[in-house]
Amino acid sequence: MIITSNLSKTYNSNTVLKIDSLEIPKGQSFGLVGNNGAGKTTYFSLLLDLIQPTTGHIKNNNVLVNESEDWKPFTSAFIDETFLIGYLTPEEYFYFIGELRGQNKADVDALLTQFQDFFHGEILNQKKYLRDLSKGNQKKAGIVAALIGNPEVIILDEPFANLDPTTQIRLKEIIRDLAHKKGVTVLVSSHDLLHVTDVCERIVVLEKGHVIKDLETNPATLKELEAHFSGTAMAMQEEE
Amino acid sequence: MIKQFINLEWKAFTRSASFQVNLALKILMVFGAFFMLLYALGAGIGAYYLIEEMVDPEPLKIINQFLIFYFIFDLVFKYFLQKMPIVNIKPLLYLPLKKDQIVKFGINKTMISFFNIWHAFFFIPFSIVLIIEGHPFINVLGWHLAMLALVYCNNFINIFVNSKDVVFFAVIGVIAILGGLLYFNIFDVTQFTAPIFSAFYNQPYLAVIPIVLAFVLYKMAFKYFRENFYLDAGLAKKVDIAETDTMDYLNRFGSISTFLKNDIKLIKRNKRSKMTIFMSFLFIFYGLLFFTGSIEVYDGPFWRIFAGIFVSGGFLFSFGQFVPSWDSAYYPLLMSQNIRYKEYLESKWYLMVIATVFTTIIASFYLYFGWQAYAAVVVGAIYNIGVNSHMVLWGGAYIKTPIDLTSAKKAFGDKKSFNVKTLLLTIPKLVLPMVIYAIGHFAYSEVLGFALVAITGLIGLLFKNKVFSIIEKIYKSEKYKTLVAYKQNN
Repeated sequence: MIITSNLSKTYNSNTVLKIDSLEIPKGQSFGLVGNNGAGKTTYFSLLLDLIQPTTGHIKNNNVLVNESEDWKPFTSAFIDETFLIGYLTPEEYFYFIGELRGQNKADVDALLTQFQDFFHGEILNQKKYLRDLSKGNQKKAGIVAALIGNPEVIILDEPFANLDPTTQIRLKEIIRDLAHKKGVTVLVSSHDLLHVTDVCERIVVLEKGHVIKDLETNPATLKELEAHFSGTAMAMQEEE
Repeated sequence: MIKQFINLEWKAFTRSASFQVNLALKILMVFGAFFMLLYALGAGIGAYYLIEEMVDPEPLKIINQFLIFYFIFDLVFKYFLQKMPIVNIKPLLYLPLKKDQIVKFGINKTMISFFNIWHAFFFIPFSIVLIIEGHPFINVLGWHLAMLALVYCNNFINIFVNSKDVVFFAVIGVIAILGGLLYFNIFDVTQFTAPIFSAFYNQPYLAVIPIVLAFVLYKMAFKYFRENFYLDAGLAKKVDIAETDTMDYLNRFGSISTFLKNDIKLIKRNKRSKMTIFMSFLFIFYGLLFFTGSIEVYDGPFWRIFAGIFVSGGFLFSFGQFVPSWDSAYYPLLMSQNIRYKEYLESKWYLMVIATVFTTIIASFYLYFGWQAYAAVVVGAIYNIGVNSHMVLWGGAYIKTPIDLTSAKKAFGDKKSFNVKTLLLTIPKLVLPMVIYAIGHFAYSEVLGFALVAITGLIGLLFKNKVFSIIEKIYKSEKYKTLVAYKQNN
């Protein structure tokens, strides 16, 4: 589904991302982990053609992302609050996204009813604009908006951050469901090792822009990741 | 402690976004500030002699008469441009500082701001001239101190009203009414206020009153802030009660209705865009300067077209030039969605057309000044719809200034939006129709002049699709730069 080759991004001779080859098959739930500055958001931004690659390219379902816009109809994302329109109520925002993705109001309503418990009664009919919702509730609205219109690829940057425990658990179910039952390719980044190992079939560790681990998730993965990251912490202490 | 505060302020000042512009603009800004001070200084020295020679042998009397407007305008000016101290106080709340100290600092900070200091550049030289011209020192001193105290009263009043739009619009309304009544000689408010200002001169000890008033207002501002110095009180940001509106009546616009609905919500629900509406409303009355013949240089016949274009095109110019910046806050969303640029642009275009038609209808009162006046407005509207709507959208594509929708500040224009490309585009916007009209007017008659401008406007309509596809190309080629630019908020 998503094929990355020779991809790199350089700012003033500072290479922030360099992925020689990475292939994500259709229907995979894919997790990206790494410390701050590892290049997770850069990679997602490249996937959405929000920044230009210095070298190489990404192919999304055989569409060259930085040259054609044909990936847009089947790809959706929630990266940060710049994906929200602050002066709309959540409902209006969902309908707006729906209209852009060819869904009428009834379609969107039908989708929203599935997320009643995810919203926990704090999103719909609150008489509040998105800009006045709390960070966590904004995130919920953004994530659900990314599910509108049956996308084949969903990209979520740090979806678990700022969410309450109940919602985190519910979100994990949603992501698993999308990948396993509906064949959606889900890309998730996170700082929370437990959550990604719970959700993702495959986990890639980025460090300073390079892929340094590419793991099939199994019961030992969490331990391995923890060992890796505490190892980095140890190494850093030694350097000091 | 104070040293730390001042250090923080200095950094906030030198690192503010407005300073992060290129060197040329920086120099221009310094020149601008310098000239403003120079003008104030010049006015301070020159005002006395100028008024003495041209208007009245008693300049102080005239000055006192108009001081009421001076101070009201000062308040308006401050309201729009001066930032409130609470804005960057939040991070200090958690630190081991006494609250009184922080509040005092915040208020004191407003006192030394440029908005207060520049008055000194007028009042000090003016007072010196008064003394030189033989007015008694004590009287001048009393008057002078009273004036400075009033400047500070304004400063503290502004702190109260800053967050209350209602107060502000009430003030604007009062000025407009008083100004209008004065202009038509119905009621002269200055007759009542001038004696007050003169009193400070005649009985210098009365200066104590405004000084005490300023002091009381300071205490009140302090108390007001101190009491509301909590995250859920004075420092809380206001939460609007949301209204949902499906706007089904817009569905008749078909596929562009998606964007049209959004744009209307954008305008209705954000401070900055409301300011734009208010300004375009003021533009409707701009033509009065031309058609009443009150300003001589504007009497040339082709100035009518100039006026007509501004009267009908207030919204078109003030809104259109910032497309797509209005959507800067969520531009990454739009760029990763399946957006049809043509529909996106068309929605903005329809909005401008609707607004132009609407203003043209409101402006029908210009008929009072003769059919030529209203003909100029109508013809201007046709030209605006046919040609200028394309031009502003085109020019807007090059402007990469993010807009903070929630703030009304900066609505009066932004230096970054001023560049060579947009300047060049004003030629077809304003100069061309004036030239076309002049040709028709002088070659045959004013009717031909109006007709030619209208025909040009109609021809412009034919190029709509062509222009839209050019703009679309610009949007695509500038996409990454625009995304980066919009990220640099504040």
